[in-house]
Amino acid sequence: MSESRASFFNILVIEDEPGEARLMRLALQKSGFPLEVHHASDDREALCFLRREGAPFDGVPRPDLILLDLKMTGQSGLELLATLKLDERLRAIPVVVVTASGLEADVRAAYQRGAAGYLAKSADFNEFIAAVCKLGQYWFGRVRLPENPA
Amino acid sequence: MTTERHRFVILLAEDEPADAHLVQVALSENHILADLQHVADGRDALEYLRREGPRFADAPRPDLILLDLNMPRMDGRQFLAAIKLEQNFKDIPVVVLTTSEVERDIVSSYHLGAAGYITKPVDVVQFIAAIRDLGEYWFELVRLPDNQKARP
Repeated sequence: MSESRASFFNILVIEDEPGEARLMRLALQKSGFPLEVHHASDDREALCFLRREGAPFDGVPRPDLILLDLKMTGQSGLELLATLKLDERLRAIPVVVVTASGLEADVRAAYQRGAAGYLAKSADFNEFIAAVCKLGQYWFGRVRLPENPA
Repeated sequence: MTTERHRFVILLAEDEPADAHLVQVALSENHILADLQHVADGRDALEYLRREGPRFADAPRPDLILLDLNMPRMDGRQFLAAIKLEQNFKDIPVVVLTTSEVERDIVSSYHLGAAGYITKPVDVVQFIAAIRDLGEYWFELVRLPDNQKARP
């Protein structure tokens, strides 16, 4: 990583199950990378966060990475992914799908809409932690992310 | 990933033969079972995907594309823009592998749909480590579309 980027990464977790969101936060914290984890529980909240619409989202940081659950209430995760990738100001943020669905159709649909990875969630917590660590190693330990694209 | 899976196919678009060789070495050093297909520029990469011409008539569909940015004829940016407009190929993840550290290149690559941007380490040991991380993410961690079930 270059020296000039902020000392930590911002992640937006889009997940409607509070328990799953807590598990993800915990796994990300255990990964050891310097992260700030933000959470949106549905597509509307996610878009408000990303577009900084409404008082609660005034001045929120632009995430370096988005982790997106596919099965949500409201707009489905796939629709939200398509919306993000059609938005000129948001499309450069990589979106990794993290989901319980292992359906081949979902995998292909996610990549077709611009996903930068598709992680099928393990039910085993230790395996889940290990997977999130590997995810962190790629996105925060290896690849270059835009420093200040906003 | 299931062990029953076919070998992964990587399409590498890279005009520098030494760098292409280094990718091959790094794959084998990391015991990544992948079939590396190498083309020298973006135009050949597009012809490869479209199976144009006798050279590419039987070209296997890649699971992942590694893309250099600065190449003659058609550069990586033009290739990335072109492939993401093609319904048949837009689901193939493209990771940029380049010497460019220019912020504009990083932003525009993600903007065009790159699924990662790796700056080539000059040090060989570091280069091998970069390919290890790449392999662990794409071939062990995440699911990729199953090309056995894709178009012929």
